[in-house]
Amino acid sequence: MSQNQLDVRYVAGLARLELSDEEIAEFQPQLDAIMEHVDALKQLDIDGIEPTAHAAPVFDRMRDDLPHTSLPIEAVLQNAPDRSQNQIRVPKVVTDA
Amino acid sequence: MISELRKQLLSGETTPVKLLEDLSSGIAERDGQTGAYLSLELQTALEEAQSADLSKPLGGIPIGIKDNINVLGQPCTCGSKFLSKNYTSPYDATVITKLRKAGAIPFGRLNMDEFAMGSSTENSALKQTRNPRDPERIPGGSSGGSASAVADGTAIAALGSDTGGSIRQPASHCGVVGLKPSYGRVSRYGLVAFASSLDQIGPLTQTVEDAAHLLQAIAGADPRDSTSLDVAVPDYHATLKNGVEGLKLGIPKEYFGHGIDSGVRNQVDNAIQKLAAQGAEIVDISLPHSSYAVATYYVIAPAEASSNLSRFDGIRYGMRAEKPEDILDVYKKSREEGFGPEVKRRIILGTYVLSSGYYDAYYGRAQKVRTLIRKDFEQAFKLVDAIVSPVAPSPARKLGTNADDPLQEYLSDIFTISANLAGIPGISVPCGSTDFDGDSQLPVGLQILGPHLAEAKVLQIAHAAEGTCGADIG
Repeated sequence: MSQNQLDVRYVAGLARLELSDEEIAEFQPQLDAIMEHVDALKQLDIDGIEPTAHAAPVFDRMRDDLPHTSLPIEAVLQNAPDRSQNQIRVPKVVTDA
Repeated sequence: MISELRKQLLSGETTPVKLLEDLSSGIAERDGQTGAYLSLELQTALEEAQSADLSKPLGGIPIGIKDNINVLGQPCTCGSKFLSKNYTSPYDATVITKLRKAGAIPFGRLNMDEFAMGSSTENSALKQTRNPRDPERIPGGSSGGSASAVADGTAIAALGSDTGGSIRQPASHCGVVGLKPSYGRVSRYGLVAFASSLDQIGPLTQTVEDAAHLLQAIAGADPRDSTSLDVAVPDYHATLKNGVEGLKLGIPKEYFGHGIDSGVRNQVDNAIQKLAAQGAEIVDISLPHSSYAVATYYVIAPAEASSNLSRFDGIRYGMRAEKPEDILDVYKKSREEGFGPEVKRRIILGTYVLSSGYYDAYYGRAQKVRTLIRKDFEQAFKLVDAIVSPVAPSPARKLGTNADDPLQEYLSDIFTISANLAGIPGISVPCGSTDFDGDSQLPVGLQILGPHLAEAKVLQIAHAAEGTCGADIG
């Protein structure tokens, strides 16, 4: 076991997930077991091996730079949870000093 | 199946509207039991059916769609509470545009594990889907709704997506055909991204020929997906019935070892013997890094998922938690309320392996092992035309039996994951049925893997296997 190397509460915070205490208690042993399995990768000698990011690497493929119509504003905003004057409304981001 | 329906449509024996009405009454009658569909847009589909162009290759054929592929004006829940209430697709995915161009009618939204994370469809936050061959069992996943509907005849054919086996494994469990194309063969534009370097859209169908029909329609380069490949799409029907005489089929010893159910093994061995009897040469091969595939996948896929799912922040679409204190609270609470446990686990796992101090040890290392796995296949395909194996180590398990053990569930994907890591095509074709765990006649799938972009060969071998194994399937 990797001795709770993965601090679930801390990492969840990085991922902007607020977890309940029950969830943390449930996930900790499950994630420890998964990481223990993943640790098997450390047995392999990977010196000099190039990483694979994509199985069929295609780099810098550009489409022609032609103007075309975008989605109408109504289509873009139709799924916004809160909107006003053709904008998405969010809680106050900048607070008073 | 599709060829036969097309003949009936062209001769006037049936109509697109009649096909939809038949499906709709089948769904009304049986979907209460299987739970494959999340929603239907029957009215829209009927309107499209009335103006269907029967001269097109799939003219008038309704196709069920996994609920992570955008269809204009329809829901796209991804099996998640996050998108179940406040999301309507503002555009068609490229595969949908292509299906429409071929004359097909997208009809019905099919259940799935939340954001395609799972192998049983039990991770859907919205509905339980059952295996029509045995309703106490899982349909497999994550494209479980697609497989279940096609097996039950409530869909003629369907689209799914495959990131680690999510088309092939449910096809195997439900006794239908499921094809994962090569990475880059089919555009991913409009597929809600799970792991972008692994995801591919593909067909789930009743026959291999139907899979060829659907692949023909959806394959090809797309300016909207820079990873789609600008290479010619062959005529898949031209070679479909060429048989296996003279082809070399590799049997990887690592896929037949400890942990595989004896009934599955017997059916797969049987199928291999039948292919040999048709003139295929069977060659023992090795894929030496197979045992590292699950570990590699469960670093790379969650890493990509944690990045992709950061878009679900409660701001632009989907769920937003009520009464947040501030902007950070919007993110945290919306994600806490909107995501289910498996999605949260994978986001945490992915965030961890990408975090400062662990990136090289996990993500960097996994990408290098991915190279080793890819090279295993490159070596193998110097010796053989295709590789034949089981799809899953055992038939469909009972519902609710892996609930607390995600690692055990991950290990059940051991034979399908490598194809996604290597980017090669794979198909699951029914090869018989077996007794398992107190039940009888559970479907077993045969997996055929080919070199990158060799879908034509994979379909050709699958067609031969289907022809010889078909008689055994009850």
